Amino acid sequence: MRDEVNDGIDVGYVAKLARLDLTDEELRSFQEQLRDIVGYVRKVQELDVGSVEPMSHGIPISNVFRSDVPGSSLLQETVLKNAPSHREGQFIVPKIVE
Amino acid sequence: MKYAVAIGLEVHVQLKTKSKMFCGCETSFGDVPNTHVCPVCLGYPGAMPVMNGEAIRYTVMAGLMIGSKISGYSKFDRKSYFYPDMPKNYQITQYDKPLCIGGAVEIDAANGRRAIHITRIHLEEDVAKNMHFANSSGIDFNRAGIPLMEIVTEPEIESPDEAMKFLLELKRIMEYAGVSNCNLEEGNVRCDVNCSIRPAGSDVLGTKAELKNLNTFKGVYHALEYEIHRQVELVDHGGRILQETRRWDPDTGVTHSMRSKEEAHDYRYFPEPDLLPVILPPDVVAEWKSRLPELPHQRIERFISQYGLPPYDAGVLAADKGVADYFESAARHCSSFKGLSNWIMTEVLRHLSETGKQIGDICVPPPALAELVGMVDAGAVNNTVAKEVLNAMFEDGGSPADIVRAKGLSQVSDEDSLSELVESAIAANAKSVEAYRGGKAAALQSLVGHVMKASRGKANAAKVQDILRRKLG
Amino acid sequence: MKSLGELTIVEALELLEKRECSSVELVAGMIEVIKERDREICAYVSLDEGGAFEQAKAADAARARGEKCRLLGVPIAVKDILNVQGQPCTCGSAILKGYVSPYDATVIAKLRQDGAVFLGRTNMDEFAMGSTTENSALGVTRNPANPGFVPGGSSGGSAAAVAGNLAIAALGTDTGGSIRQPASFCGCVGMKPSYGRVSRYGLTAFASSLDQVGPICKTVRDAAALLDVMAGHDSMDSTSIDVPLTDCTAAMKKDLKGLKLGLPREYFVKGMDRSVERSVMAAVETCRELGAEVIDVSLPHTEYAVATYYIIATAEASANLARFDGVRYGARREGADPLEMYCNTRAHGLGREVKRRIILGTYVLSSGYHDAYYIRAQKARTLIRSDFEKVFEECYALLAPVTPTTAYALGEKINDPLQMYLGDILTIPANLAGICGMSVPCGVGDNGLPVGLQMLGPAFKEERILHVGHAFEGAMTQKAGRA
Repeated sequence: MRDEVNDGIDVGYVAKLARLDLTDEELRSFQEQLRDIVGYVRKVQELDVGSVEPMSHGIPISNVFRSDVPGSSLLQETVLKNAPSHREGQFIVPKIVE
Repeated sequence: MKYAVAIGLEVHVQLKTKSKMFCGCETSFGDVPNTHVCPVCLGYPGAMPVMNGEAIRYTVMAGLMIGSKISGYSKFDRKSYFYPDMPKNYQITQYDKPLCIGGAVEIDAANGRRAIHITRIHLEEDVAKNMHFANSSGIDFNRAGIPLMEIVTEPEIESPDEAMKFLLELKRIMEYAGVSNCNLEEGNVRCDVNCSIRPAGSDVLGTKAELKNLNTFKGVYHALEYEIHRQVELVDHGGRILQETRRWDPDTGVTHSMRSKEEAHDYRYFPEPDLLPVILPPDVVAEWKSRLPELPHQRIERFISQYGLPPYDAGVLAADKGVADYFESAARHCSSFKGLSNWIMTEVLRHLSETGKQIGDICVPPPALAELVGMVDAGAVNNTVAKEVLNAMFEDGGSPADIVRAKGLSQVSDEDSLSELVESAIAANAKSVEAYRGGKAAALQSLVGHVMKASRGKANAAKVQDILRRKLG
Repeated sequence: MKSLGELTIVEALELLEKRECSSVELVAGMIEVIKERDREICAYVSLDEGGAFEQAKAADAARARGEKCRLLGVPIAVKDILNVQGQPCTCGSAILKGYVSPYDATVIAKLRQDGAVFLGRTNMDEFAMGSTTENSALGVTRNPANPGFVPGGSSGGSAAAVAGNLAIAALGTDTGGSIRQPASFCGCVGMKPSYGRVSRYGLTAFASSLDQVGPICKTVRDAAALLDVMAGHDSMDSTSIDVPLTDCTAAMKKDLKGLKLGLPREYFVKGMDRSVERSVMAAVETCRELGAEVIDVSLPHTEYAVATYYIIATAEASANLARFDGVRYGARREGADPLEMYCNTRAHGLGREVKRRIILGTYVLSSGYHDAYYIRAQKARTLIRSDFEKVFEECYALLAPVTPTTAYALGEKINDPLQMYLGDILTIPANLAGICGMSVPCGVGDNGLPVGLQMLGPAFKEERILHVGHAFEGAMTQKAGRA
């Protein structure tokens, strides 16, 4: 049976998902390096983890809430100062075509 | 060929919390762009979300209102996709452990009352608002991070009309639950729709199209009407429905396929490490359940039993939670519930429809209306005068007693003044007097009317009748 | 008298308290030292002279008024990954060029509250991804013990500043060893507190379930003093815990009598540098001399730690770093539409190691691979944590090496990422388990570079590793004095 999960990484496709443009050189060297790295981290599949609970948090606690009380916000002037481009109080990006 | 239609809705309802889902920024609408923003809702480096507990409670309340099972263990996940309105380029939402599972909303369908089943309700954060300039787009993050409940239905809705009925009923329940303002103008309720057709009688669902940009309930209705028509035409002419997302254009009234440049979607969900799981023990849920407001149909039943209202009245009053609350609030100051109901159903609702106001906006507080109804009941003013007084109250507020006094509208009941008016009516209407004496009892009403007119409506009609009978006796 | 750069926090506070030196003088002296010596080391990426003098003046005035703060007037260096209001925060990346933080990280606010002075920002591997501080868009930091060698990373700037006497103390962050490893490479004390001990609010996230802020200092006592100010629950960080810190100073006894310390056999890995092993075993002997019983223990899942870590850490990072898109802050590269703008911005703004890790993290979460990699790793993480829980039922703390080797030459491993990752095997497990760990200098390797001894303690038992570290450090000083 062909092992699809372990077919290896297609760096070009994954980079697109992550919105990263790679140069040809990066693509070549990452493909090679990540093939080795993925081959190595596949080690986790050796473990018998059948009934083990996954650990998705650094700490085993629950129910941390804040109360619904408005606090202070930043000034528009402050946030726009960091904006690469802004106009009429808004952050500007290249036109979004829907 | 005859087709059956299957429609499923994903309804986003904005919760009425004062602060955002994961930060303390205000949730108010229509303010200067980018003024309710902070490191958290702008996705700044280092910022971390903290859950608004009230949003959790509201979502659970909504679920309880429609009979959902409340999850004992629930968690938040990151859903990754890049879009300029998404500050972190992932949305914090709930993937496989939503707060509420199942439930149903009943609607009056063509063939009787029918339950539309709910798949799940989960909680997530809203995105920012985009605006478009000629050559660029602008983004306002005030809305980003406002809590949204996503209510997902099973594909059990069979027509655009049923979709509309479902949305209106859902909106009414959410208003009753007190979890959302459901202000449609402010986009508090938005929905995505999926729709498919299949040969009538088949129970295998057809390929569905997803519809976006449905900003109003009417938009949902028209988009569905169009989309069903399009699918039927396509299939009738030998075409095949594609699974795709289509955008509704309200200006042209058609849906377009969204062939966006977006790469293949892969949301890469994983548990949000910055937020800990929500564990709701049964006793907490039971406590919240005990404080649950009534459903609309429960309130109708109670109005009938508690206030002795006819079912028709109860239905009209309970249709809008605000109106029902207004009635109950006034009823605490009033002994004539049916009289109160009449005044609300006729004069108050007419005023609302004429002015386009919400019940909360009128300047007649419930106790003032109760006072007026009491005055009518006690005979202090008659109906005609009361209407005049109420109109004055709609204009400028004030207490009915003060208005009556100021305008000199008190009912005249004293014997001497009335006798005088009766005398002149007898003198001026010889024909009617003759007719009455000749046995035509109805002629008396014409004389009463004359007196009322002369008194500008202030005369106590019942007393006038007594005096007339005596004098003509 | 010592030069200002050699002072510890405790010594600096003493000078200030006795009025032998003012905070302004301290800051002026430090800036002078940095300007003279940091050209070679490149520990700092920026100095905030204006701000530092202002804070120092305020501290001197407060002291004159008789105010008591725990760090009043003491200059501290801060890793350039923590937000400080009004200051840039580059995270070692070109993509944050131009960003000025509008807020203080909670840990910064706490230090500010206690009178600390923020002298400048230290270099780091971009977004804390690296073990050498070579992956910085702002230059390469060198090891003060030998400038031809790497200082370790990712908190290489902080460790180099402290070890090179360019800072009294510094803040670092540790996701997989980024405090302990550079402290070991440079020869200073570095502590990673338990996950949840110090607020992460304002710490630019690399891997949210693993990151912690911690002190890098010259002595264990200083680390305790700094931790005392940094620790505590924060309502802005849901994962910070309200467990009171046991009085560390009181816990710092001079001996280890009656304590059982574990020596995990899996931590003496194949290919370990002989001189590292020798130094660590000598340190173990010293602990025995101090009265400890050192026993052999096993952490059987250690061999899975690197794979587990590089799946979980990169998965979280792939989402955490998605926000660097050129829309709201940072350096943008234009494009015809938003998608093109993102791709251009990220292509130019992010470095190679960061890209590699984002790709790995995206891959392990993507549809079809998620269960085989990400979920598996989460389960492996549970096993790694329970390994520790078991040994801590018996042991007070654990002793171990920090790294398999001492610092290596600049450029030596930069082109072999997998070999670089494997070097993290001894520090990563503590992050996966959420426990606390510390590196304390314990000797010198064959190449003349420092070796560190790692102490690991149960979650929220920092007082234990501080106790062991302090006693060990005292014995080392005594031995050095005799020699």
